[in-house]
Amino acid sequence: MSAFFVKRVISLILSLIAASVVIFLVLEVVPGDPAAFMLGINADPQAVEALRDQLGLNAPLVERYFTWVFGLMRGEFGTSYTYRVPVAELIADRLWVSLPLAIYALVLSTLIAFPVGIIAAARRNSLADVTVMGATQFGIAVPNFWFAMLLVLVFSISLRWFSAGGFPGWDAGAYEAMRALTLPAVALALPQASILARVMRSSLLDTLGEDYVRTARAKGLTRSQALWRHAVRNALIPVLTILGLQFSFLLAGAIIIENVFFLPGLGRLVFQGITQRDLIVVKSVVMLLVFAVILVTFLVDIAYAVADPRLRRQHA
Amino acid sequence: MSDAPVVLERRDNLWRAALGSRSLVIGLAITLVFVVAALVSLAWTPYDVTKLAIAIKLRPPSPEHWFGTDIFGRDILAMIMVGARTSIAVAVIAVGIGIVLGVPLGLAAATLRGTLGDEVIMRGNDLIFAFPALLIAILITAVFGPGAVNAIIAIGIFNIPVFARLARGAALSLWTREFVMSARVAGKGRARISIEHILPNITNLLIVQGTIQFSLGILAEAALSYVGLGAQPPIPSWGRMLSEAQTMISIAPHTAIIPGLAIVLTVLGLNLMGDGLRDLFDPRLRRSRL
Amino acid sequence: MHTTSRLMALAGALVLATAISPALAARTDISVGLVLEPPNLDPTAGAAAAIDEVVYANIFEGLTRFGPDGSVNPALAESWDISEDGLTYTFHLHAGVAFHDGSEMNAEDVKFSLDRARAEDSTNAQKALFADIASVTVADPLTVTVTLSQPNGSFLFNMAWGDAVIVAPESAAANATDPVGTGPFLLEDWVQGDHVELVRNPDYWGEPVKLDKVTFKFIGDPTAGFAAMMAGDVDTFPNFPAPETLPQLAADPRFTVIVGSTEGETVMAMNNKRAPFDNVKVREAVAHAINREDIIDGAMFGYGTPIGTFFAPHNPAYVDLTGLSGYDPEKSKALLAEAGYADGFETTLQLPPTPYARRGGEVIAAQLAEVGITAKIENVEWAQWLEGPFKGNYDLTIVSHTEPFDIGAFAKPGYYFGYESEAFNQIIADLTNTTDPEMRTELIKQAQTTLAEDYAAVFLFELAKTGVANAKIVGLWENSPAQANDMTGVYWED
Repeated sequence: MSAFFVKRVISLILSLIAASVVIFLVLEVVPGDPAAFMLGINADPQAVEALRDQLGLNAPLVERYFTWVFGLMRGEFGTSYTYRVPVAELIADRLWVSLPLAIYALVLSTLIAFPVGIIAAARRNSLADVTVMGATQFGIAVPNFWFAMLLVLVFSISLRWFSAGGFPGWDAGAYEAMRALTLPAVALALPQASILARVMRSSLLDTLGEDYVRTARAKGLTRSQALWRHAVRNALIPVLTILGLQFSFLLAGAIIIENVFFLPGLGRLVFQGITQRDLIVVKSVVMLLVFAVILVTFLVDIAYAVADPRLRRQHA
Repeated sequence: MSDAPVVLERRDNLWRAALGSRSLVIGLAITLVFVVAALVSLAWTPYDVTKLAIAIKLRPPSPEHWFGTDIFGRDILAMIMVGARTSIAVAVIAVGIGIVLGVPLGLAAATLRGTLGDEVIMRGNDLIFAFPALLIAILITAVFGPGAVNAIIAIGIFNIPVFARLARGAALSLWTREFVMSARVAGKGRARISIEHILPNITNLLIVQGTIQFSLGILAEAALSYVGLGAQPPIPSWGRMLSEAQTMISIAPHTAIIPGLAIVLTVLGLNLMGDGLRDLFDPRLRRSRL
Repeated sequence: MHTTSRLMALAGALVLATAISPALAARTDISVGLVLEPPNLDPTAGAAAAIDEVVYANIFEGLTRFGPDGSVNPALAESWDISEDGLTYTFHLHAGVAFHDGSEMNAEDVKFSLDRARAEDSTNAQKALFADIASVTVADPLTVTVTLSQPNGSFLFNMAWGDAVIVAPESAAANATDPVGTGPFLLEDWVQGDHVELVRNPDYWGEPVKLDKVTFKFIGDPTAGFAAMMAGDVDTFPNFPAPETLPQLAADPRFTVIVGSTEGETVMAMNNKRAPFDNVKVREAVAHAINREDIIDGAMFGYGTPIGTFFAPHNPAYVDLTGLSGYDPEKSKALLAEAGYADGFETTLQLPPTPYARRGGEVIAAQLAEVGITAKIENVEWAQWLEGPFKGNYDLTIVSHTEPFDIGAFAKPGYYFGYESEAFNQIIADLTNTTDPEMRTELIKQAQTTLAEDYAAVFLFELAKTGVANAKIVGLWENSPAQANDMTGVYWED
């Protein structure tokens, strides 16, 4: 166990180092001088040079890399070039939009997917099953930004039930804030729910074919009794794995949706950071997201290993 | 597998099964419509997509313009046809990159199983997986400039670990099989066995995964061009048509709805085709569905 | 404290707390939609127009200020005397002016602000505005004397820019996030990525403003902007980003659509230093290949005034020179043949991210194709644009120059147009040294004609200001003589 664990931790650390080097180098070659961008079209070259010094952009490459990495370790992300506030503060603010949005979307997608998947599995090949599974095929194929546009067309422009974008902030009250997140969450949830419903259905069908469920049915349980008592619980393992994957996708992958709805979230922060050449923000946010994904993968690996000793031996 | 008549009979069954699979037939039909539209657009389109006609901009669908016209008065049907070309080309090449680079890596990892080489390859894959795909695509295009080629690279990179993992997993189980064992006993090298015995036996898997990655590639290309990082004007692309139409949605909804439907149908067709193929190649699953 | 309140908010969300209903009394708050969020709030250390759009006249004030018609009016300086030779300006400051932190604004602050802006290590983006200042001396707490090294006919005009506002030494460094000015509004809150909120300054020295609260909301997306207007999330959008929806908004009795002028000369710059655009025949050919009406119609939905030179058409000194570069593809082809490009040529058109450039660029590329010029479109972000085209590394690019009275840009040595003309430089030099209004007008007209005859760039159109507002709002600027959203005179009608 401990050898496996140590190996995993080492590979985790190596991954993080590799990721930080890749991110740093990629952003070093991005064309466009942040200082020139900040001072704009009629800027004086002297002023630009003065600002470059102020921002620490004239230091050598290696020095800047280590300044950045050691800063990250101490939780100091540096100061945003454009906003002139600590990056950590910006990220914390944005997380309060991205995180609730991801959770909201995940809850919606689960609320849709579970019943749909279960009904489809319980009534396999019925009209309901065929219709619902056909609908999920569409759900998977719909680009979420296009779906978002349609939602705006119907619910904001025509019906005027929701605003088409922006976020009033949690200070405006929880109801207002959740309302602003509703259309984006729906747009994000639909494709996720479709995938989840399909996984739920096929996973249920698999477990329904397992011996212990057959035995249960042989003992006189009806199909839906067997489904509820035995299959659903066991089918949850693959479903939860997918859910875990979807969560990190939702957190990082909401960039486009945040842009469609103009939500001040992490994704939009990165996008703005790139166009405004606020590279210190981009570096830190991307690193944070990568760190989150690597960490989740690591924890899942460890969890599986604890649950299934065979895996451990295989790796060792 | 070794004697010819058996293979022939199997192939015969396969065809019959293929024609009997509803999702495969429907999926293939939809996909073909778009592929044919893309090919036809090379030689002919109803109107020239490079010519603007501002006087007739944003016209709704009519007998002259079946899908209406866009903000510059271009024919949307023609734009969809040429856009299909862009989408399909980007997605196909990106899948190609994934297969050409990913499969050899996966096979090599399987041969090197348990060694440092395997570990390095698989950790490298994990590393790529750890990057949020769209973010990296945005970074790549920010560095090298927006354009179809960079979109292909950005999407292609994320296909590499997919195929590498698939190939490694499948190859690992094949290495324990008898026919591979006997090849080893016969003195064949590891690389040769990978090419001669493993690769042909994972082709079906690769085709199924390729179809899925193809459809994901179409979606990714649409997303990239939607944020302005895909094919550049004047080359039409579905994603960019959508972003241009976004502000017109209240005055000319057809400009936003039609390109979106094109994306949905293409992806739907490919997904159905992928499902059909998987059922076809995996008799265990087929049986469980009956 | 922040975290707790947010946690409460989140907890509240779960039980779906009821919404707070808005007050029904006459409104004293306004929500203003802006396309761009300012990167920071210090107008003296950044060029972003978005900074001035929030802070100009609202938070910060200068010695002089622009009025809605573009005139230069007294602000912190209630009056001034100019010496005979035009070299010494004596400003008499208002008494009893306080900064937002309570400290008094006096002549020392003026000296500090001007010296800071023109210093060696200054990061003021418009350093040139202060270039002619030789010295600034404090006569007494309410009098300050500025001595120029040469007469400058536009000095008072220069002092009205947002880059020349008066700041205090104690607070100047922190103005980016915590602006301390003398204006009628104070910064209350800034949620990066969403909005800036200003509240009334109770201790304002001048005429008190009628609004209690101004919220600038940043909505870059045209559809979201349209929907925000329709939903009443914003009360006014001074530069509405979706001109295509204006007819629909104008038809709605809840709104008024304000179409005014800006100082934005939109041009397609041709790199005069680079072949083939170093050849005036080629530049003329390009000019004749372009149909301005189609561009205004196709890219701007009809909003915009064709221009034939680098000058705002609403200015009395404007000369209509569009005839020199009328749409004439046959003439264009003939000129190209004369210049040795009978078969056309290939070139690159770099487009910054604004709609006028991106959409206009597509139309222009198609028009150039008609005369045989293949213009490859390259979309760039502003940062790349500043590194590339703006440093002279380009063939063609489209940009709108929104600074007021900026025809002198063509005389700047090394400026990205690559235009170098002794004659033009002389006109601009004379203009700087002339104070007689009639002589100035004459020189300005000469400058316009010289640029048009040299085909220094393709002059496309003057950007229109297309604003939308709730019909009950009074006092918004109709035109944009400067980049500003002056809220000092705005109020709600019952």
